[in-house]
Order: sequence, then C-alpha cells, then structure tokens
Amino acid sequence: MANKITQVTLKNGMKIMLKEIHTAPIISSWIWYRVGSKDEPTGKTGISHWTEHMQFKGTKKFPANILDKAISREGGRWNASTSHDSTRYYETMPADKIDLALRLESDRMKNSIYNEKEVASERTVIISEREGHENEPMFRLGEAVQQSAFRVHPYHHEIIGDMTDLHAITRDDLYQHYRMYYVPNNAVLTIAGDFETKEMLKRIKELFERIPKGPTPLRLKRVEPEQKGEVRLSVEGPGETTFIQAAYRFPNATHPDFFPLQVVDSLLTGASGLSYKTARLYRALVDKEYAVDVSGWSESTIDPYLYRITITNHPKRKPEESIAVLDEEIKKLQEVLISKDEITRAVKQARAVFAYGSENITHQAFWMGYVEMFSSYEWFTTYLDKLAKVTPQDVQRVAQKYLQSKSRVVGMYIPSGVEA
Amino acid sequence: MVKRIIKTSKPSLPGPEDIYRVVLSNGITVLARSNFNSPSISMGGYLPAGAIFESDAKLGLADFVSSSLMRGTQTRNFDEIYNELESVGASMGFDSGVHNLSFGGRTLVEDLPLLLKLLSESLQTPTFPPDEVEKLRAQWLTGLAIRAQDTSDMAAMAFDEMLFAGHPYSRPSDGYVETIQSITRDDMEKFHRQYFGPRDMVIAIVGAIEPKKAVEAVSQVLGGWQVPGQGRADALPPHKPLKKTVKRHHALAGKSQSDLVIGMVGPSRNDPEYLSASLGNSVLGQFGMMGRIGDVVREKSGLAYYASSSLGAGIGPGTWEVSAGVNPKNLKKAIDLIEKELRRFIKSGVTKEELADSQANYIGRLPLSLESNSGVASAMLSIERYNLGADYYQRYEGMVRKVTRSDVLETARKYITPDRLVIATAGP
Repeated sequence: MANKITQVTLKNGMKIMLKEIHTAPIISSWIWYRVGSKDEPTGKTGISHWTEHMQFKGTKKFPANILDKAISREGGRWNASTSHDSTRYYETMPADKIDLALRLESDRMKNSIYNEKEVASERTVIISEREGHENEPMFRLGEAVQQSAFRVHPYHHEIIGDMTDLHAITRDDLYQHYRMYYVPNNAVLTIAGDFETKEMLKRIKELFERIPKGPTPLRLKRVEPEQKGEVRLSVEGPGETTFIQAAYRFPNATHPDFFPLQVVDSLLTGASGLSYKTARLYRALVDKEYAVDVSGWSESTIDPYLYRITITNHPKRKPEESIAVLDEEIKKLQEVLISKDEITRAVKQARAVFAYGSENITHQAFWMGYVEMFSSYEWFTTYLDKLAKVTPQDVQRVAQKYLQSKSRVVGMYIPSGVEA
Repeated sequence: MVKRIIKTSKPSLPGPEDIYRVVLSNGITVLARSNFNSPSISMGGYLPAGAIFESDAKLGLADFVSSSLMRGTQTRNFDEIYNELESVGASMGFDSGVHNLSFGGRTLVEDLPLLLKLLSESLQTPTFPPDEVEKLRAQWLTGLAIRAQDTSDMAAMAFDEMLFAGHPYSRPSDGYVETIQSITRDDMEKFHRQYFGPRDMVIAIVGAIEPKKAVEAVSQVLGGWQVPGQGRADALPPHKPLKKTVKRHHALAGKSQSDLVIGMVGPSRNDPEYLSASLGNSVLGQFGMMGRIGDVVREKSGLAYYASSSLGAGIGPGTWEVSAGVNPKNLKKAIDLIEKELRRFIKSGVTKEELADSQANYIGRLPLSLESNSGVASAMLSIERYNLGADYYQRYEGMVRKVTRSDVLETARKYITPDRLVIATAGP
C-alpha cells in the first residue's frame, strides 16, 4: 500500500494530513479534536459526546435543517463519533463536492449556536440513546467492569455519560466545552481521495487559517494507581444468559509492549476483523462447550486501558468453570513459548486486514487521524514491521507481565431467569 | 472557492463492458470484475436453498444447515477449515434467507484458490458431524434466548408475524426454540441433498484478478457439480391484505427502552413503482437526519435516538416500515406522531424540493456505494437476482431523475394505509 502523505501545520497550529488516492472520484475529510470522555470531570460525564451532537444543530450560515440536507443532497455520507480520547467528524463526498464539507467544518469550528431549545431536545435524545444501551446486558456489564477498573482515571465512565449528569449538564456547560476544545490548535484535519495536494492545501488555508488560535486546552490527567488484587463483581438483570467479562490492564498504544500484546490478542481471541475459530480461547472454551462464544477487544489509547475478554457462558456450565479454563489458557501462554510460525501467521492476518481496509477511501482518511490522536502516522506505516519483529520470548514476557489475575477485573452478568 | 479539485480518476460504474458474465454448463452464473487498486478479492453469491423449503415444524432448518456447512466436509474437519482460512487472513461465511442461501468471503488474491476450494467443499460435501451439530444447536438456542430479550428483535418478529400471517414471510428464519430442538441431522442431510445444487446458483468475484481467470478458478472447483433433480420452490402463496389496524405488544420486563415497528406491505424489488417508493421513503424517513420521521420524532420532540423508515424489497411482497426506540412512557406519543406523518404523506406527498434533494442524494452517493470490492460484488448480484440489466447502474441516474412528484404520491397512496397498519411494540 502506498503510504505517501503530506503533513502541514497551519499558522494557527491546526495540523493537516493529506493523502492523494486516485482510484475513485471520492474524497473523505475528517476533522479530529483532541477531546474525549477522558477529559470529563465528575459531574460533566458525557459532555464531549453531547457536544458532538450539538455540532449538528447549526450555525448562522448553516442552520440545522440546511446543514444535514446540504451534505445529503450532494450524495455525501457524514457522521461523527466520540471516543475516550477524541471527537471526530467526517464527510465522504463525490470529489467535486468536497468544498461544502470543508466550508461546513471551518464554520462550525467556531460559529455553532447552541440554542437553549436545541439543548433541551437533544438532552432527551441522548437520554434515549443511553436507555437503548441499558437494554443490552453487555452494556451494563461493560460499564460496571470499566468503572471498577478505573477509580481515579477518567476512563472510569462510559462515553455516553452517567444519567445524573445527562440530566444536569446545562447549555452553558456545553458551550464552554465547545469553546475550550474546538480551537484550530487542538484540531487535526485528515483528507484522503481524489484531489491534488497543492490545490487542496490552498483551499484549506483559505478556510481554516483565519480561525484564531486559542489557549491550548490542557488534558485531564489523573493516573490510575496500581491495582492490588483481583476485583470481582456481578450485575443482575433479565434474561437467561450469563456473560463474563475479564479485563486486563494493557499499556497505551505507543508503549513498546503494545505490539507483542497484539500478537497475544490475536492468539487468544483472533485477529481483529476476521473469524476467530482457531483462536486459543475459542478452542478451549467454545469447542469444549464451556461457552457459546468468546471475543477479545483491546483499544489503541493515549493512556493505559484494558484488554477485555467477553465470554457468553454455556447454559450447562457455571461461570467459575469457564474462568478456570481461561486461567489455564493464560497460564499456557505464560509458560510455553509459542512458535515463530504463530507470529508469521499474525503478520499475514494483519497484512490481509490492511489490504481490505485500503479498498476504502473513508477508511484511509480515518486511519491518518486515528493514529495521530495517540501517536503519529509512522505508527501506522511501521505497524506490520513492528509486528514482524515480535519474538516468541516477547510474547511470553508480556503475557506474564500483563495477564495477571491480581490486576484484573472479572465481571459477571447474572440473569434473573425467564420473565414475561 | 475551489472550482474543481482536478479529477484524475474516471467515475467508472459497473456496466456491460466490464462485468464479465459466464454461465457454466451446469447452470452456475459467474460474474467477475477486476479492480487492481488493492491486492484483495471479495467474493459473494447465492443459490436457491432458503427457508421457503422448510416446514413450520422445522423452522430454522435452512439456516441451521447453512451454519453447519463449514463444520466439517468429506475432506476437512471444522478446525482444519478455519485453520486454512484464518492462517491467511481470509474469511468466509454462509447465511440463509427466505429464498436463498447466500455466501460471501474475502481474501488476498494469492489465496483465492483456497477460498474457492473451501466454498466448493462446503457446498458439495458437508458431513454435518453429529458433535458439531449439537454444539451449534446449543449456541443457537442461546442466540434465541438473547433474541427473546432484545426489544428490537421482538418488535420486528411480531411485525412480520402480523403483517404476513399465513405467508412464508411471517416466519423468522432463525426459527423458534421448539423447532430448533426438533431438527435432526437426517433433516439436515436431506435438506442438503434435495435443495443444494448448481442450477440458479450465482457467484461474483471482484478484485485484483483478470475476469477470465476468476471464471476459470470458479469453474475448476464448481464446474463439475451436478445434482439431478435439484428441488424447485413452489410459487409464493398470495398475501392477504389487512382489513384493519392490528397491534401487538410483546412485554419484556426490566428494559429501559421500548422498540416499535409500524408499517404495511411495500413493493417488491421488481415492481415498476419500486424506485418511486424508494425515493418517497427517502423523504419520509431517510434523507438528512432520518427524513420527516426523524425530524418530528427526534429533532422536534426529542423522543428517540433513532426513528426512521425503510423499505424491505425483495422477490415477493416487501415491507414499508417505520421503526424507533423510545422511552416506554413515550410509546403512544411516538406512534401518534408517526401515524400523523403517514397521513400527511399520502395527503400531500413530497415537495418539489424534497424530491430533488433525494434524487440528488441517490445519484451522488452511487460511487460511494461502489467504492469497495464488496460493494461492487453486491451491486452485480442485485443486477442478476432482479434481472435489472447489466447497464442498470449506468442508466440509474436517468431513471432516478425521471421519477416525478405525482409518481411518488401515487405510489405512496397505493401502499401506505394509515387505517390498516401493523403496529408492533416490545418493552416493559
């Protein structure tokens, strides 16, 4: 895959990353702000995500009703999302229509209105979004595990926020959040697709360089103290199915151990984006009928986060039996060196997943900004090489270091039985 | 203003000049199109071995069979099949609908022969190993237990049951607990023997390969497949129109949100009104932030995080439905708002501007939907399944522009019946 990109920082501190791809008449533009749920203090949980919603409520130039229609009318696809570490907005458009997206993003970086009435109506929309999540046993279990894993660090709370804060946050809170974090020196614009870099850059400067720089927002930093001893918890709710989630502490994405841990993840629960029926935990838990499913998930984050293994327990098994099998598999990984072939396999899987991703222009613009939020583009371009350099000894060492019972949280969703 | 950010790539919509189509002597249609921008391949297809063939007592059989195909073949066991696939970062899967068994996969181009070999074995020589079937059954039953707790699944199921009472479309293709428990290995073998075969099978290959080579590769592994007496489905029974509004609430304790599905029968994919219905539906509940429905239910009233309308158009009668997730205390209010919108829609139709917006959206988004190999593969399969003509996507813009306000209104009045609705809800 060609990885040549242009990186420029405007006079006001806004970073631009451009990648020309001339395979289809499409351009995808993403704007990233360095603010997410990790920046939210107690009492303001969910404010980054709510701010993201408010950014669709219009500016003077692009009133709410006009704004969503304008993009759709041109055949564009657009949306936004909030993560622990960042908030991002994207538009993927026919190439000759991208100017609209650029004008819109430059305008709403500073001119969004945050009208009281819109705040009130969005409050109930977001509460409804949270109620929808609460219908899902896995959301309730995941939330409980996360808040037990982080007592101090703001990764403690779900991105959507706690219900009490969703009732309490005011229009002024939201506007202040917006003004503080939505400044060019806290933003990264990543664009991929069918354009010429020189012209694109010229247009970006016209639209964005005049936006004044603001004080660079500080990011909330509260370090999670070391966990001393396993935490176990349970959540109860309707249904017949028991779910188990074991969360281990993983380092941040720029830590050198991150790469051997990617191999660990792929060995235990499969490579991301592929089926995982030959993964060790599938074979041990699902094939042997302790569970009906198992999956693993780690995230690339700024601060150390979690690797979560989720087990859908087999109805004829007790959760303790499945946890014992999980422990046995982890012990194996800590005691027995894996073969070199297993690393070669993980690299080949990653290469395939990269190739599938490169079919899609939206995906490529996404990746530039995504890695920029916690590292730099080099992290992405050297990913396969770094993976290939992992040794069996590395894998054993990180398995011993990070997959420890004493620093994990194990949560269980205990169903109350069939209810009509 | 950038007048034009110089475009160096040509918009190339799939058409007769670059969709390579060959029918093998055993009846398999192979479609191929190349794209050398990435070293990957997307593969997809279907054959007529869907749930239409299963009895009420064995509901879920077709789907159970499709899920068992990769659990063991005459050549390889479950673990070997997945080891081959996962070791090279390829993937493949089967799924079953009412009419068809569908399949899909992706791979790096160097491993296409492997993918096709596994496809061919799974289709031709599955062995349904008893222990694997039992494992799968237990997983399936847990899946049904999870479904029973899902408000949107339960509302959707109740909707189909009421709308299509007495018709095969009323049945959930993943079955019910009792029917899944009653299916035997013999049922599965028999189903495979009777209904799997090359006649009317279609496969599409898109990616970094010359079309001729793709066809050769398919022919090599599937060209020799012969199934004399491969079963044919009976014609669909007629669907009974509703005489009045019917409602059902599926009670689920302990939930914080209710889901609702409101709707009626819609056009099939081949109906001449399909495109006017689709454009009308875009105005009703898709365009921008979920159209008019999104506007009244979400934007103006703040009642729901999601509220939109959709058409489900396939071979037989389709659905035209509005769905939303709302706080249980707002359920009635949301239903009233939606009914009011449906009445308004058939009273005055769409404005000139609304129609123009949706037309522009349909035309503009086409290249986006055809961006990835899998997008192109599914477009080619739609052309084949609904007999749309190889130049469909090239004619598309003209067909979209031709739809008028009165076409939309006439179609809406034909299908949307605010006095004869199916209203399905699930929640506390």
